[in-house]
Formats: sequence, structure tokens, C-alpha cells
Amino acid sequence: MIKMKKINKIYGTGASKVEALKNIDLEVKENEFVGLIGPSGSGKSTLMNIIGCLDVPSSGEYYFGGESVENFNHNQLAEIRNEKIGFVFQNFNLLPYATAYENVEIPMIFMGVKAKKRKSMALELLDSVGLAARATHKPGELSGGEMQRVALARALANNPSLILADEPTGNLDTKSGDEILAIFENLWKQGHTLVVITHNPNISARAQRIVKLIDGTIENNGK
Amino acid sequence: MKILYLFRLFYRELKTQEKRITLTIVALAWGTFSIVVLLSFGEGLNRQMMKSLHGLGEGICIVYGGQTSKPYKGLGKGRVIRLQEDDVELLKRRISGIGLISPENDRYRNNMTYGRKSLSERVIGVYPPFEDLRGYFPQRNGRFINDLDIKNKKRVVFLGTELKKRLFGEEEAVGKRILINRIPFLVIGVMMEKMQNSMYSGPDVDKAAIPFSTFQTIYGDKYLNRLIYKPKDISQSEIVKNDVYKLLSQKYKFDPTDKQALNFWDMIEEEKIMRNIFLGIEIFMGIIGGLTLVVAGVGVANIMYVSGKRRTKEIGIKMALGAKKRHVLLQFISEALIIAIIGGTAGLLLSFIVVELFKVLPLEGDAADILAHPVMSLKIMLLTAIILGVVGFLAGVFPARRAASSNPVEALRYE
Ligand SMILES: Nc1ncnc2c1ncn2[C@@H]1O[C@H](COP(=O)(O)OP(=O)(O)OP(=O)(O)O)[C@@H](O)[C@H]1O
Ligand SMILES: [Mg+2]
Repeated sequence: MIKMKKINKIYGTGASKVEALKNIDLEVKENEFVGLIGPSGSGKSTLMNIIGCLDVPSSGEYYFGGESVENFNHNQLAEIRNEKIGFVFQNFNLLPYATAYENVEIPMIFMGVKAKKRKSMALELLDSVGLAARATHKPGELSGGEMQRVALARALANNPSLILADEPTGNLDTKSGDEILAIFENLWKQGHTLVVITHNPNISARAQRIVKLIDGTIENNGK
Repeated sequence: MKILYLFRLFYRELKTQEKRITLTIVALAWGTFSIVVLLSFGEGLNRQMMKSLHGLGEGICIVYGGQTSKPYKGLGKGRVIRLQEDDVELLKRRISGIGLISPENDRYRNNMTYGRKSLSERVIGVYPPFEDLRGYFPQRNGRFINDLDIKNKKRVVFLGTELKKRLFGEEEAVGKRILINRIPFLVIGVMMEKMQNSMYSGPDVDKAAIPFSTFQTIYGDKYLNRLIYKPKDISQSEIVKNDVYKLLSQKYKFDPTDKQALNFWDMIEEEKIMRNIFLGIEIFMGIIGGLTLVVAGVGVANIMYVSGKRRTKEIGIKMALGAKKRHVLLQFISEALIIAIIGGTAGLLLSFIVVELFKVLPLEGDAADILAHPVMSLKIMLLTAIILGVVGFLAGVFPARRAASSNPVEALRYE
């Protein structure tokens, strides 16, 4: 599914230079469930952004579905993000002025799904994460766990093969966390590939493989 | 379908970002409004001043007698030169550049009676061309003095607007008889209202005009008080003036270079000066309008820029979810366009209403002259609305374009 060779990411220059990622080699196969762990500031989110084609590495090679990402232009990257990747952000990144179902609709808008179908699919997705009753609420009117589930429903909107989640249970209590975990396991069973950043031992225990980042390097590749 | 969708999106934005969008529209409308109204009243004032300048007559020249200041052909200086009625014929015949010409003599304090009302008023004796020369235009049902009146020395009178009001009030005057120094006169016309800011021997609206021949049978003046002509072609006025001077110098035997033998009041000269003043005012208004436009432009641009910038995060989210550059731009462009159109139209509409309102406002006197005649210029209206619209549009789209061209993470990091 994805393959990385000698990926480096450097932020800033001179005195404020930060080497967030150093010589990362990583491969994730179809239908793998990878847990990404490591202390705060170790570069987990940075790596996730590169995997999700939201950012580009400073150097190194990144292949997505066998193709070098370097060869893709702005629009092709947008298409990959739209069709192949579902991203659940650490801080949700929901549009504050749109309702839950409108948020879930967004990826489908750019896919070109017709309005009517879009709405019914969005409601279906919200139902699958147990939020049918909150469809017309705005993010400000939802709890942290509910927002997290809206974000998850949105990530699933175009049925992407790769699902990336940055601390999906970080702000949740154990019960809500377990619900999210159940959804992930279900997705995995359906054949999706999952990369999940987590501090939650329940999730890392279920993952097929754990990748541990320390100071921008992978310490342990394989369970 | 696509358009409908954009409007739906905009409507959703409007619902959710009401304040921002309303503020932008108000700023745009207000900017457009202030400039259009400012320039409308400026232009109205300018035209009003031009019109009242012409109240005395457009492009006319008034000739008075004088006193020689140079000896000429054995005649001493200090001789008084006075114009006579046959000068009119002479000038008309010999100087082809003269278009209209008329003598004018006047008398103050004539007893004027209608019914029980008795007043003491001014009377002038003139030729028919005086109507066009000096703007003595009759109201609808009347007429000015004509050639037949002159020929038959008719006792007819043309009344100034105010004089008619004093004598008749609201009553119809045309066709009625009045007494001027106990002699009956038939009222043939009443002057249309006019504005006049330069005058001699009082405003025209206070005078009564009678045929010059009739005037002479009553008063028998030997000399003319003055003589008024208008060149056929105003651009030739200097040449005509010289011709008049030369011809009269031959007749009255004075040195043609003697500047004091005759006196000229040349409206053409005066107009040239006034035109420069008007031009000055227009430039001044233009500068103020331009500065207001800049201020409004900066205001609109600022609001649009800030709100465009504020939405960087939103753009980041959409891009992360697969929005292409054109998706983002299309949304922002259509939004900015709708805002620009609504704001500009609202501003134009508002100025239109205010300007029309001032036109029907029951203002009196000087304030009315200045305020009640604003003139809207379509060119200025469109130019202002378009400039502000384009400025706001660019300022709104620019940050969106930047955000849409960067990495999604960079846009996402914006708070
Ligand atoms: N835009 C940026 N500019 C400069 N430095 C950055 C930027 N983004 C991240 N960093 C730095 O890169 C390092 C890795 O950051 P990253 O966000 O990937 O950490 P993380 O592992 O996700 O941490 P956490 O568990 O707290 O989310 C940190 O030292 C951070 O300060
Ligand atoms: Mg992180």
C-alpha cells in the first residue's frame, strides 16, 4: 500500500531548525493495522501528514500504491486524499459552521456525488458510528467523543482504502474509546488498511504491528 | 445547476457567517454611497452655478457710453460719448459677426397699478431680440415683445416673475390691463422663473419690459442707457468686439485705442473666469472623491482580506478532504462576487434614493439652489461600484488563492 525510503522532514532553518523525521524507512501492506506510538514531539503527526499526502518530505522517497508521490501534481494529490485516504485529525478539524451531516458530506462534494445521494450516504455513515440522532447538530453542540465520531464518519465518506487516525481516542473516556476501537476493528475486517497513532494500550494491543517513533527515528519495526 | 449550487453554498455561508458577510456588504455599500452622493451634489452645485451665471444671458456683451481720455483729430479729451438708437441699426448692418442686438433704456420708480394694488417699479424699453439675449423667456401662455409691437408702438408689457407676483398674486396676469404711470398696458407675458447671480440695476424678475418704441413715446430719451449684443459665434467674440469699437469710434470720432470712450461688460470674459473656477471645483471634488474611494477601498479590502485570511483553516480542512485548488477558488470567487454585486448595488440604490429624495424635498432659498439639484452620473456610479467591487474581490480572493496553493498542513495550522 505505502512504502517510504529514507524520509527526512526538517522544519525551519538555522538555530530554530528541527529535524522532525530522520531516515524513516516504513512499509505498510494492504489491510494491515499499524499502531504508531512514541512520546510527544517524536514526529508521529509529522509522519502521518506525509503518509496522508498533506505534507511533503524534505528528502527521501514515498510511494503510494506503487507510484512515487513526487510525480503527482497538486490536483492529483487532492484526488488521492479524496478517494484513497480517510484522515481523522488529532483535533477533529470539523467545520464549525456546518452541521454534522454537512461535515460528513464534504469529501463527497469534491468527489462529485449528487446532493440527494450525498445526504443519504452522510446520514448512513453517521448512523454507522451511532450518531444518527445528532445529524443536524453543529460541532459546538457535540461532545468530544461525538465530534470524534463525526470526524471518523467523514473519513469514511468516500470509502477510502487507507484510514489514518491521529490519537482518535486521545480525548475520550474508556467507554467511548472502546466504541471507536470496535469501529476500527470492523473496518479492518472489511479490508481497510489502518494506521493509528495512539497512546491507548487497548488499541495498540489490537494492532497487527506497532511502529515506535523516538526523536524522529523508528526504534522498533515489527511487533 | 452549478450556479444554483454556488448560491446554496453562499446562502449557507450567509447563515453561518452572517456578521462577516453583512459587514463587508455594508462597507462596500457605504463606500459606494458616499462617493456617488458626494459627487452627485458636487456636480449639481456646479451646474446650478453655471445656470445662474447664464441668468444674465449666455455669451452676451453689454456696451455703455463713456468719456474720452485721449484727444482725437483736434477734439479734446474728456468728451462724453453716448450711444444712440440708430447705433443698433448701424452695428447690425455693418458687422456681420453680430447675431442678436438690442438697446435697453430704463426708468426707476414708475407707478404701476392693477385693481387696488399700486406699486413703484422699474420699466425697461427693449427690442424683441432682448428675449434671447437676456433670457426673458415667457411662461407657457404668454409671449415676449415682437416686431409688430415695436412697429405699432403698442402699449404692451412683459412682467418679471416676482413683479407679477407682487401685482397679481396667484391670479392670471396675461390678458389683463395694468396702469403704468396712468397709461393702460396689456400684459402679454410673464417671465419664467430664473436664477441670476450677476446683474445690473436689479434682478430681472423685478422688471417690466415694454417695446422700445413705446418707451420712447413716453420718455423720449435722446440716448441709450446701454446696448446689448451677442456674437453669432462666441469664439469670435474678440474680433466682433474690436469691430464694434472701431465702427463706433468712426461714428463718434474718438481714438479707437481709447479704452475709456466706451465701456464693455463682456460676459464671455467673465464666463472664462467662472469656467476656470468650476474646473477648479470639479478637480477638487474629483480629488475628494478619489480619496474617499481609496479610504473605502482600503476598508473593503481590509475586511475581505481579513475574512479571507481567517478562513485559511477552513480551506486547509477542505483541501485535506480532497478539495482541488479550483474548488476552493470557485467558492471564494463566487462568494466575493456575490458580496461585491450586492454591496455595490445596495450602495447605488441607496444613493439613488437619497438623491431623488433631495430633489423632492421642499427646500427654499439658497439651500434649495445648492442641494435640491443633485446630478447622478452613471459613469461615476458604475466606476465607483466596479472599482470597489474589484478591490474587495481581489482582496478576498487573494488570501484564499494563497492558502489553496500551499500544503494543506500549512493551511490547517492557521488558527
Ligand atoms: N510546523 C512546524 N514547525 C516547526 N516545528 C514543527 C512543526 N510541526 C512540528 N514541529 C516539530 O516537530 C517535532 C515533531 O512534531 P509532531 O507534531 O510530529 O510530534 P508528535 O509526535 O505528533 O507529538 P504529540 O504526541 O504531542 O502530538 C516537534 O518537535 C515539533 O515541535
Ligand atoms: Mg501529534
